[in-house]
Amino acid sequence: MIPSRGSAVARRMVRDRSGVSGFALLALLFLLAFAGPLFTRWSWADTDFTAFRDPPSAAHWLGTTPSGRDVYALTVRGLQKSLLIGLTVATVSTGLAAVVGAFAGYLGGRTDRILMALVDLFLVLPAFLVIAVLSQSARGHGTLLLVVLLAGFLWMVTARVVRGMTRSLRGREYVLAARFMGVSAPRIVFRHLLPNLASLLIIDATLNVSAAIIAESALSYFGFGVQPPDSSLGTVIAAGSGAATTAPWLFVPAASLLVCVVLAVNLAGDGLRDALDAS
Amino acid sequence: MNALEVGDLRVRFGEVPAVRGVGFAVAPGEVLGLVGESGSGKSVTGLAVMGLLPARATVTGSVRLRGAELLGGTDRELSRVRGRDLAMIFQDPQSALTPVHRIGDQIAEAVRAHGGTTRSRAWRRALDLLDLVGVPDAARAARAYPHQFSGGMRQRVMIAMAVAHDPAVIIADEPTTALDVTVQAQVLEVLKTARQATGAAILMITHDLGVVAGLADRVLVMYAGRVVESGTAEEVFYRPRMPYTIGLLAATPLLDGGPPVPIPGGPPPSGALPPGCPFEPRCRYASAPCRTTEPSLTERAACHNPQRPQPRPAEGPGVRRTRSADVILQVTGLRRAYGAVQAVDGVDFEVRAGETLALVGESGCGKTTTLMEILALAAPQAGRIVVLGRDVSALPRQARQELRRDLQIVFQDPAAALDPRMRIADLLAEPLRAHGVAEPEVERRVCELLGLVGLDPDFAGRFPRGLSGGQRQRIGIARALALRPRLIVLDEPVSALDVSVQAGIMDLLATLQLNLGVAYLIVAHDLAVVRHLADRVAVMYLGRIAEIGSVEAVYGTPAHPYTRALLSAIPVPDPRLERGRSRVLLPGDPPGPARAPAGCRFRARCPLHTELGAADRERCAAEEPRLRPAGAGAGADQSVACHYSEGLIR
Repeated sequence: MIPSRGSAVARRMVRDRSGVSGFALLALLFLLAFAGPLFTRWSWADTDFTAFRDPPSAAHWLGTTPSGRDVYALTVRGLQKSLLIGLTVATVSTGLAAVVGAFAGYLGGRTDRILMALVDLFLVLPAFLVIAVLSQSARGHGTLLLVVLLAGFLWMVTARVVRGMTRSLRGREYVLAARFMGVSAPRIVFRHLLPNLASLLIIDATLNVSAAIIAESALSYFGFGVQPPDSSLGTVIAAGSGAATTAPWLFVPAASLLVCVVLAVNLAGDGLRDALDAS
Repeated sequence: MNALEVGDLRVRFGEVPAVRGVGFAVAPGEVLGLVGESGSGKSVTGLAVMGLLPARATVTGSVRLRGAELLGGTDRELSRVRGRDLAMIFQDPQSALTPVHRIGDQIAEAVRAHGGTTRSRAWRRALDLLDLVGVPDAARAARAYPHQFSGGMRQRVMIAMAVAHDPAVIIADEPTTALDVTVQAQVLEVLKTARQATGAAILMITHDLGVVAGLADRVLVMYAGRVVESGTAEEVFYRPRMPYTIGLLAATPLLDGGPPVPIPGGPPPSGALPPGCPFEPRCRYASAPCRTTEPSLTERAACHNPQRPQPRPAEGPGVRRTRSADVILQVTGLRRAYGAVQAVDGVDFEVRAGETLALVGESGCGKTTTLMEILALAAPQAGRIVVLGRDVSALPRQARQELRRDLQIVFQDPAAALDPRMRIADLLAEPLRAHGVAEPEVERRVCELLGLVGLDPDFAGRFPRGLSGGQRQRIGIARALALRPRLIVLDEPVSALDVSVQAGIMDLLATLQLNLGVAYLIVAHDLAVVRHLADRVAVMYLGRIAEIGSVEAVYGTPAHPYTRALLSAIPVPDPRLERGRSRVLLPGDPPGPARAPAGCRFRARCPLHTELGAADRERCAAEEPRLRPAGAGAGADQSVACHYSEGLIR
């Protein structure tokens, strides 16, 4: 029995120490985000009217905010939101960029012109304004819409890069070989072109994770995006950064978690890239 | 004093040895040929002598130029020597000239690089040098830019720059490998002139035994980083001792004589050499000591069991199969233009079941364009392509997809044609899956295909990167066979491979054709290879077929002056023959297809044309010759596109 390609990649992945630690860290963060709330009696929505802006104590592990909310509960809730937003936005936007760019580059002609016109259109739209307005009017539809909006404005530049690289891959002999063999265009894109752009796509996706988290926090800061009383890492950091020197507990935990998320994603991405590339 | 002395030269890249103790000396005016296959360490040796290796290479030993040690010198010290006493000619003249400066300025710069002359004197010297290397109209050529020059002309310029300071030593690393064969013949002549003019010692690094046979006084054969045989050209070519040299000579395809014999296996990876003789795993004569101790280079060969060359097996018993009546591919009046460039300009041929047709010609003759037009299975710009009785221009989508089953391709460079990210099993399964073969059947067929091309089934789980060039090309062939096609198109199937491996692939192709009855359409530039691969051959020049016929006829009684020139330009690995024979040297380069002249497109370079009377010449200029039977004395099915070919056959 021939071992499959997937298992070969997995084997190399397991052998790569930094990649494994990246995935492990990411798993820990997820565990903290979703199991973390179970360990405290405070929920992110609660307000403790006996403790305003208290430093960390036995009752409130990471202290409380000026309005009496538990920082631990808020941060963990924020981690949940940010992980979901960051990872899904990155996956959706990089995936979209890869598909649009690769099809435009491989098929060329009219498909190329139409898709690239679309890319240019999205590039000239003032993304921040559009997201702000739309997320305002679509209040209550939850995070999903926010993810779609953020991803919808992150993919264009990558799509252009992917298109360019696809155009140079298109003339490669192994792509020609597949074409002359009678392999269909979608198959060529997904089996030959995209895997050979994997390093670019993975780097792009890891960058997009932090870009999405930061974009979301910027939106939240201006009152769009995730709205109080709900929280994201961005909102916690934004709210706490003003008192960074006097009440560091407000913002240090959230900021370090953000650093951890970005670091974990980068390590995991590098590991994945090396595992895929080693062929 | 020797011009160049190299002693116990060793080069390592990290832990991997590339050169393992090479020593030689070259006298002034002498040509030393350094021969070997890829990975043998010959180019690294050349670069080490020049001091051009990257910093991560560890170099030990000694390199003495006119007695002065070069190794260990700083880059600044070496720069004083390089270009003045020690010059180098590289393989690729394309990238060796700066595109933004005029040719003359670049040569003048080389002249002035070591000081001492004024600008105007340097310019005059540049003109003299261009004259020396046979660039016509030097004064005008010096004002041209590199892109206006052909590859052959650029290589002449490189030689002019190399001899600018009357160097003591010229190192030429594959100087003609990137050139067409008729241009190669010219450039080799220029090298001989350059040697006479400067009295320099030449270190000629090449894989081409024919080039060495014509030029070198002495020859070193390298294998796995060491010299395994050394001697005068006559000794090495006529009385080789080392089984590797013997094998290499037997593996070289010839224009006459028996088929090439492959050396089994491939060279060992330089990181994992066997403990004994590195050639032992491939050697027929290996004995117990070969497995344990590496032989040192005694007088002639580094070998425990020196051998004598065997006579080449005679030509096969000549059972030419009768031509099938079943036409697989018919091309009529095919044309293809890219803008103003007429790449293919009216080509007709057919391929019948079970036979091999080769399209040969120099770069730009339109042979690859012809292939791509056929493979596209779409309506050509002009002309007709009929595959298995179906005109491809009016093919519905479904039928085109069906037809692809019967028409497969093998590319020149197996490394580029196999997706590096896919396992061998997936590569071989791809055409099967694309045509909807069921999964259990796919797996069975993959194993069967590996067996068919002589590879173990456990190759299935490996990636192309872990395979040698020959093994990769076997995978390429297996993939082409997957759907049991009727016709396989092969684009230079062996030209990217080492000589010792080439013959094995040629063998395989012949065996497969015999057993499976598949037809081949081959594009190749090497006429010696084609002779052993093809049944019929079509010689192309500037988008048209100059001559077509059976291999016996075209090689035996070439009717077109261009075919004759091509055949005579191929260097043969036989020093006496190579030095003794008179060449039909074609003037000039193959002109670009953009400037196809009226009348016969070959007449500007045609040696026959110059001998004709004025009235006959008129006809060449006015009337384009059509393919017509070559006539008395030629082969029965031989056709030629020349008005006056009768004078050539006797």
